[in-house]
Amino acid sequence: MPTKEITESQLDSQLVKEVEAKSHTKVSSCFQCLKCSSGCPLSYEMDYLPAQVIRMVNLGLRDEVLKSRTIWVCASCETCTTRCPNDIDIAHVMDTLREMALRSGKAEAEQDMRRFHEAFLSAIKTWGRVHELQMIGTYKLKTRKFMEDADIGMEMFKRGKIKLIPEPIKGRKAVKKLFRKT
Amino acid sequence: MKVAYYPGCSLHGTAQEYDESTRMVCKALDIELEEIDDWNCCGASSAHSTNDKLSVALAARNLALAEKTACSTLTVPCSACFQRLKAADFRIRENAELAREITSLIEMPYSGNLEVLQIIQILARPEIVERVREKVKKPLKDLRTVCYYGCLTVRPPKVTKVGDYEDPMYMDVLMQAVGADNRFWSYKTECCSGGLAMARSDVTKRLSGILLNMADEADAECVVLSCPMCHANLETRQSALLAERRIPKKIPIFYVTELLALAMDIRDVAKLWPKHLVDPRPLLVSKGLG
Ligand code: SF4
Ligand code: SF4
Repeated sequence: MPTKEITESQLDSQLVKEVEAKSHTKVSSCFQCLKCSSGCPLSYEMDYLPAQVIRMVNLGLRDEVLKSRTIWVCASCETCTTRCPNDIDIAHVMDTLREMALRSGKAEAEQDMRRFHEAFLSAIKTWGRVHELQMIGTYKLKTRKFMEDADIGMEMFKRGKIKLIPEPIKGRKAVKKLFRKT
Repeated sequence: MKVAYYPGCSLHGTAQEYDESTRMVCKALDIELEEIDDWNCCGASSAHSTNDKLSVALAARNLALAEKTACSTLTVPCSACFQRLKAADFRIRENAELAREITSLIEMPYSGNLEVLQIIQILARPEIVERVREKVKKPLKDLRTVCYYGCLTVRPPKVTKVGDYEDPMYMDVLMQAVGADNRFWSYKTECCSGGLAMARSDVTKRLSGILLNMADEADAECVVLSCPMCHANLETRQSALLAERRIPKKIPIFYVTELLALAMDIRDVAKLWPKHLVDPRPLLVSKGLG
């Protein structure tokens, strides 16, 4: 676990208010019992445990949480949210922090996760539904990881699980509008 | 019984065998599925991970469309779609201001009177289980199964309204009803890594490897589940895991509806076996179920 000195000027008292408003959950009621973190299946991949992220939000360490790997390797399994004795929706806090990181241009860690989300959403924005082939193609172009899992893709394709032609919906315009207005 | 049906993108693509077997089983059990017209992607993990409002709006458009059918229940077989639709429903019911904003975005009303259920929640109702039991022609005798629920059918319970969220029984009850030698294990609701599979396949290999080893430890010959994402994560990583000697052997991964169809002797189910990346036919033949 990384340790470093924190100076008072680094602390942003607005952070906890902003996160609480956006995630509709009371982050400040955390008493650091660590229940969220002991059940987290991805904790081994994280630079800060879920409980530390919550603590850092309370302290106001804005850049540290927004630039963390933790928020991108969280798999949204909802174990933390389910088990928190103080009813803190930690999984939603992770969502909020990812969105804040993207909107403030601070998303640094785990770039491929961000690229995956972008590729996935761009397919929905175009067709209203996911078109796997386009999604995979967009992702590969963004990451230049052309050969990774190509064998699995081929096996799926042979079994007719990945379609060549997308399935556009009639309400494509309505869906596009949702992207534009949110 | 007639229910509105939201298949979602996976069931039209990588999880066609789940869609087809769901339709077979529901037909045999007199559950009429009305696919909602012009549904869109629920947004899955990518929408809620990056844009909160978009994730509620994408899901809500489907809820509003489902309400246009005359059905009071909407069923969703994909656990990930189920949780997104259920979460949007929960948020809209809970927050009047958000409800107004969302209905104006989607330009459709949503009254919030819809009951959103994962398909296994319907199939495990006592009266339906009774119907399943009556229709069993080929009991899955000696087939050693473990049921795997993963995350999104059960969590968070505040949203999903699932009581036994640490030890759900829906599929276990069904496997018992069709005579399988169903095993219990403590990994029912562990995570398979979900949407990390594409960008972090190493994580998916690790988490699905744990699940496959634990299934083996429980002496199961196959895993039974109800989520396309779990299915893909458990199936597609087996070749690599075996080559690296991280699992003892490959085991078939079934959608629960496939095994129900098999036990009810619905012939068309055999057409689904070639869709599997881990071929289930040798196992089924060895049990006299081929
Ligand atoms: S489980 Fe809840 S109270 Fe306990 S450390 Fe985690 S967030 Fe804080
Ligand atoms: S939702 Fe994220 S942080 Fe919470 S337990 Fe799951 S992986 Fe860990």
